[in-house]
Amino acid sequence: MIIFSIDHKVIGKQYIGLALFSVVLGTLLSLIMRFHLVYPDAKVRLFQAMWPDGAPGGQMTPELYLSLMTMHGTIMVFFVLTTAPQSGFGNYFLPLQIGAHDMAFPVLNMLSFWTTALSLLTLLAAFFVEGGAPLSGWTAYPPLSGLGRITGPGEGLGQDLWILSIALFCVASLMAAINFIATIIELRAPGMGYFDMPLTCWGWFVTALISLFAFAVLLAGGILLLLDRTAGTSFFIPGGLIVNDQVQSRSGGSPILFQHLFWFFGHPEVYIAILPGMGLISTVLSVFSGKKVFGYKAMAIALVSIGGLGFVVWGHHMFISGMSPYSSIAFSVLTLAVGVPSAVKTFNWLATLWGGRLRFTAAMHYALGFVSLFITGGITGLVLGQPGLDVYFHDTYFVVAHFHLIMGVAAIFAIFAAFHYWFPLMYGRFLNERLGKVHFFLTFLGVYAVFVPLHFAGFVGNPRRYPDFKEYEFLKSVMPLHIGVTHAAYFLGAVQLIFLFNYFWSQRHGAIAPANPWNAATREWRND
Amino acid sequence: MAIAILIAALAGATLALFFQPRWWFPDAISAHAKAYDAHFVVTLWIVGCIFVFAQGLLAWVVFRYRDRGQAPEAHEGSGKLEVIWTSATAVLFIGLAFAGQGIWAGIHLEASNPHALHVEVLAKQFAWSYRYAGPDGIFGRVDIRQIDDSAGNAFGIDSKDPNGRDDITAALLRVPAGRPVELYLKSRDVIHNFFVRELRLKQDVVPGMTIPLRFTADKPGTYEVPCSELCGLGHHQMRSALVVMAPGEFDAWLQEAQQKVAAP
Repeated sequence: MIIFSIDHKVIGKQYIGLALFSVVLGTLLSLIMRFHLVYPDAKVRLFQAMWPDGAPGGQMTPELYLSLMTMHGTIMVFFVLTTAPQSGFGNYFLPLQIGAHDMAFPVLNMLSFWTTALSLLTLLAAFFVEGGAPLSGWTAYPPLSGLGRITGPGEGLGQDLWILSIALFCVASLMAAINFIATIIELRAPGMGYFDMPLTCWGWFVTALISLFAFAVLLAGGILLLLDRTAGTSFFIPGGLIVNDQVQSRSGGSPILFQHLFWFFGHPEVYIAILPGMGLISTVLSVFSGKKVFGYKAMAIALVSIGGLGFVVWGHHMFISGMSPYSSIAFSVLTLAVGVPSAVKTFNWLATLWGGRLRFTAAMHYALGFVSLFITGGITGLVLGQPGLDVYFHDTYFVVAHFHLIMGVAAIFAIFAAFHYWFPLMYGRFLNERLGKVHFFLTFLGVYAVFVPLHFAGFVGNPRRYPDFKEYEFLKSVMPLHIGVTHAAYFLGAVQLIFLFNYFWSQRHGAIAPANPWNAATREWRND
Repeated sequence: MAIAILIAALAGATLALFFQPRWWFPDAISAHAKAYDAHFVVTLWIVGCIFVFAQGLLAWVVFRYRDRGQAPEAHEGSGKLEVIWTSATAVLFIGLAFAGQGIWAGIHLEASNPHALHVEVLAKQFAWSYRYAGPDGIFGRVDIRQIDDSAGNAFGIDSKDPNGRDDITAALLRVPAGRPVELYLKSRDVIHNFFVRELRLKQDVVPGMTIPLRFTADKPGTYEVPCSELCGLGHHQMRSALVVMAPGEFDAWLQEAQQKVAAP
């Protein structure tokens, strides 16, 4: 039974395969969006072929752009950044690293994967229904997302499918979280204390705890939103609305309540994406420096602190939402406080390298790139975490640049590092080191070229989630910047083919790996 | 080796972009906006120093400890260092959070000015409308059933309420320079966002709520207002403008608008 396998390694690879499919799709969507942003009047036959309603005559409509944007964000956040680092590599390597034979609940594990797959299929189905995929963004704020077709195309069945998909994903993630937590608590090898676990296991452990608390709340929010749409409830819909010239017969709901529920999940989600990577990067830096991780205990505590503080900072996504301005002050202080354990991690990574003998393998390159991106993407949090300053940057490209660097690209660099580091265990062969390094250099360059300039569009005040910038005088000045970014994005997208080639080619033709080729000390490399 | 150079080069290029004048904030047109810019510069210096220090250290460590056959040193941690860098960043970051509160308080926590000009702002998919109270200083009652965009009654001003008869509605937000303005933001359908870059102000407009927003613009001019919360397929075209007028001009405009309302 290869398909419905209950083997953690097979399930890990299934998750990774699902994430790879998703990341290719999500990237293609982003490249189409970048094209449309700078050539909004272009008529493209391919668009017409793919979306006859969304691109009549090849001319992309605003609603099609917004639906691609919604799907890009949803696919990347849920099916790539949540799936690969935790469920993919975690499933494969957690049992090996703590000396367990498998996860605690293998059948549950299989069910989590197939629920995730069902969730992805449900999401993709939204592309093919009448009205297309939803246009309300991955945050799906009501009332835009809560009233059905009347607020826009894609807000009919497409939005229902989106919510259903997210609900399924929540269920899958809750099952996976319980499995990870039980495995770590119950199945550690005899004598292995919590502080004997590698930091990767700490990363997966804290991430599983975050998932358990965060996805439960998102699931509740999703169900309430679905009820508002289908059962006539008014959890998030206030009274007195006139949408599209039609008076709505709802009353008593609060649009801001949904934002609280969403971001109570949404902010911890950032850490779900990055904590497993932080654990892995610590390991990779240590192995290829020939040193132990500097400040192991501080690093473990920092992971736990980030996970804990991550639950009390969600309000920084809502500084401009209309919630009480006093609460913003508390959220601001807590938000900057969560920067402290993040900085502690960076210092410890630098101290791990300090005095070492650095071997520049491909995995080490990605790990060093991760640290650089983590710094670049992280420090703008010091700007956005202050409500007074956030007021200008909120919903501009400054935020787009910030979160892509830190939760998107940094997390993906950790995934690249994981592939290069663990490939010998997964396939008995190496990923090609030379191709890996070439891919690293081009990707690292491309990432800076795409995302650093976007901060400056934010300085101009360029709002995000605009299908084009034609309406505004002040946006004329940012067009050259966007054209440059779009070309850099093509470059960045194209060089990913190097990785894909390497990944598939090396499975069959890579150099045969000996046991423990990197001289690592963790358990998964032992032959027992 | 190559990666140390690349990290340094990319950090340098990132830094260099901050010295180009082309993509930057527009000119500030209020005391708040100027205070914003001043605090932003302070934050930028702190962030910039951390950035240069951290990226520089990373590049240097990578270069310094590249494999030249040396034996790795055997230190695994230092309680002293952990305490130092944890407390140093805590003081710096949390200090910054407190330092930034003044800007925030300036937007939302200051008392309403009794001489302020009151304007209601109504957002709907995908247009903005503004309402002035007229000579009586009282906004007329609204009645949802009387909303009629084609007849120019986006607010649904109740024809039976005498207070509403002198209300002025407009498609642009006109205000006099130097006078405090108090907006009341309302939405008829979904969430929108009122953003004036030159005022460094941005506020969601939430259906079911009336959210006040205060400012005093001191430089006449026309400033674009882009909707900044995703509101549907026309979001990117939901454009309006703030027109800051010399006080005399504003009075003349208001008088003319009042005459139009009085003699339909």
